[in-house]
Amino acid sequence: MHNEAILPSGTMTAHRPPGVVISAANLTKTYGDVAAVDGITFSVPAGESFGLLGPNGAGKSTTMKMIGGVTRRTSGNLSIMGLDPDTHGPEVRAHLGVVPQQDNLDEELRVRDNLLVYGRYFGLPMSYLKPKADELLEFAQLTDKAKSKVDALSGGMKRRLTIARSLINEPRILLLDEPTTGLDPQARHILWDRLFRLKEQGVTLILTTHYMDEAEQLCDRLIVVDKGRIMAEGSPAQLIREHSTREVVELRFGSERNAAIASRLEGIGDRLEVLPDRVLMYAHDGESALEQVSARGLRPLTSLVRRSSLEDVFLRLTGRSLVD
Amino acid sequence: MTEPLAAPQPALRAHRPEISAAKARRWGAFYYAEQVLRVMKGYSWSIVMYSVGQPVAYLFAMGVGLATLVDSGNAAFGGVSYLAFIAPALLVSAAVMTAANEFTFPVMDGFKWRRIYYGPHASPLTPQQIAAGQIMAVTLRLLLQSAIYFAAVALFGASPSGWGWAGILVATLTGLAFGLPLMAYSASITEDKGQFALVMRFIVMPLFLFSGTFFPLENLPPAVRWVGWISPIWHGTELGRVLSFGYHEAPLLTILHIAVLGGLAALGWLLTRRRFALRMGQ
Amino acid sequence: MSAVSGRAASVTEAARNRTFGPLYSRNAKAVVSRGLMATRSTNWLVMVSGFFEPVLFLVSMGVGLGAIVGDVRGPDGTSISYAAYIAPALLAVSAMNGAVYDSTWNVFFKMNFAKLYQGMLYTSLGPLDVAVGEIFLALLRGMLYATGFTAVMGAMGLITTAWALLMIPASVLIAFGFASLGMGITSFLKTFQQMDWINFILLPMFLFSATFYPLSVYPEPIQWFIQAMPLWHGVELLRQISVGSFTAATSLHVGYYLAMTAVGMLLTTLRLRSLFLR
Repeated sequence: MHNEAILPSGTMTAHRPPGVVISAANLTKTYGDVAAVDGITFSVPAGESFGLLGPNGAGKSTTMKMIGGVTRRTSGNLSIMGLDPDTHGPEVRAHLGVVPQQDNLDEELRVRDNLLVYGRYFGLPMSYLKPKADELLEFAQLTDKAKSKVDALSGGMKRRLTIARSLINEPRILLLDEPTTGLDPQARHILWDRLFRLKEQGVTLILTTHYMDEAEQLCDRLIVVDKGRIMAEGSPAQLIREHSTREVVELRFGSERNAAIASRLEGIGDRLEVLPDRVLMYAHDGESALEQVSARGLRPLTSLVRRSSLEDVFLRLTGRSLVD
Repeated sequence: MTEPLAAPQPALRAHRPEISAAKARRWGAFYYAEQVLRVMKGYSWSIVMYSVGQPVAYLFAMGVGLATLVDSGNAAFGGVSYLAFIAPALLVSAAVMTAANEFTFPVMDGFKWRRIYYGPHASPLTPQQIAAGQIMAVTLRLLLQSAIYFAAVALFGASPSGWGWAGILVATLTGLAFGLPLMAYSASITEDKGQFALVMRFIVMPLFLFSGTFFPLENLPPAVRWVGWISPIWHGTELGRVLSFGYHEAPLLTILHIAVLGGLAALGWLLTRRRFALRMGQ
Repeated sequence: MSAVSGRAASVTEAARNRTFGPLYSRNAKAVVSRGLMATRSTNWLVMVSGFFEPVLFLVSMGVGLGAIVGDVRGPDGTSISYAAYIAPALLAVSAMNGAVYDSTWNVFFKMNFAKLYQGMLYTSLGPLDVAVGEIFLALLRGMLYATGFTAVMGAMGLITTAWALLMIPASVLIAFGFASLGMGITSFLKTFQQMDWINFILLPMFLFSATFYPLSVYPEPIQWFIQAMPLWHGVELLRQISVGSFTAATSLHVGYYLAMTAVGMLLTTLRLRSLFLR
């Protein structure tokens, strides 16, 4: 009942005006000759939910690791709560909660013990950790699993336990690297709900994802990254407005014929995008565009009119789709 | 929408991040050691069975059974019973075998299999502290196991000198002298191709068998005697014999044993710290 | 019932009527050929290393300690070198270790982690095909190691009679006994902690089964106990063969392993039936 606020307001927001908690300038990380992150610049104000959207290998996880103070940058500037993670790793990490891409729970310990042990890394006393662990298990809907072994949990439960673990030190900044990859739809919705509650409590969320629906649900603002560079920046609605039309018509003529028929669609809508399995037609009014297609005597096997999404933004910016 | 939350907030109960960081900088290695010990507690029954069962079995089989074939008081055995001769060697070898297990598979588990090092790595702990914590926990296990082993040796009446108990420390140091360089190697493995099985069969076993364990090194053909000279087990065993029954050797050689064991452990520790920092910082 | 249902139905019908029914489809060779294919991708050094362990023991104990021990009384009463005394024992130990490893850890891992057997059992293979195939592979490997070890004994001048060549099939028999019993026992085990039990049994058996010194050093009740254990029979059998001295006890040792194999296979089959055919 009183669990409304899992994360009480911290000293950070109480003593500082909501300022910038993370700022990166020309952040670069190279492995040998390959630039995983190639000079990106952004800043995140306190309480914002900030996303990095991009396909696999775009440099999202590398950026997250640099913010998390577990990977040194090659060049550029980075500051978390005014601290440089390369020189003040422990101090920076003390501010953060981290949910890594792959769960790294200790499977030899029980569910609740995972939380206790993790809290010890922050030097937190058991008198605090025990009630806190119970509270977080409640939050993660794992109370009845407290004494279970970790390897007996489902993928969604493990993910929620990892999130609970990341909250043990009551961080004001939470880093989430692909939080719902590999989960089934129901598990994803439970997780989104939990993250939304944290957001309501003013926790700054930094998350990477290659799911556009996730980015649209959770992010106030996001950057679209590809090959280590920022392609665009803004709120989801802003990005769609700037880089796509209001609606999209998806047409399928059969995989052999899509490309051939595309030339006969010229002039309808603002723009055409020919993919191997379908043709995307960008237009302000999808229904009327579809009528024009019929008027030209073309009969697609299937057609669908929908709102533009971040997927379309990404396709526009990079010529590739997000999920291969 | 931009209004601050009106709900009353309970007092902040976790200490501030600055305190977390300061505590972790100071005690981080101990925090990780605590974690490793908690995991060991999960199989403490095996640890105790192994620590008690192994010495009793070996001391009976070799020190009592095999001893009937070799003349007791044989000059080759430093003038003591065969049992007293091999007891320090068995003590040291057991510590090395345990170290060989604790510094291989769990390290691979930390970096690759279940990636458990990466959890604490996202907390204020540093890679060096994670390495140190693991080493501290294993050292504790080695001390405990060696103490139990020594108790068994003493019960068999195989530790004539009053200094025999120091063999506990020698065995632990030998375990680290062998285990820490191995830990650095384990931390460098990215692909599991059965390297550990090879380490056990081509390094640990030969060192166990050719380090003057069951007979003085001089009994081996000169061609293989060098195995003993570079073997931490030989240095640890000889040192243990000096302490346990006043084995005669040049004082300089005794100092050399300590130097080799200490040097290997220190070198292994340094390499491990570097490997951990490099691999986790990638 | 009728000819219309065709050949497939009659094959199924025939399978159902066989003694072991769906447990066995007479296709263990498919499991064997999968195993042989898998060895191509394993590290060959790891394979070879299994052969080295008994050789290292032989050199260390036989040569190093042998210099102090001198000659001992062989199975036929004549005196032989200490190395010649322990070599057959080490071969027996190695046959036991290899077979137990292959039929316990290896099977345990494939069953609980790699889920290999689940995949196999979705095909027309039955559990007994899998068990027989895995045991056959273990024996094949054991035979290669035994041949290598016998060659090393020859090179060290520890073989004085042609009878010694019989040590190779005899150690395969020893391995068969341990592998079939080991597999049956493994089917009961669920956790790694339980797997540790196997080591607690193997280590004392290795140390106390007259491997390094004669049984006569023990008081009589302990002698009886050790004589009831399987490894002692293996050690004695190979020791007798190595010098070509056979007694009535020889057939007892062989019989022990034949019985152990039969009991092991029976146990394995019963367990597989209750695990997979509920």
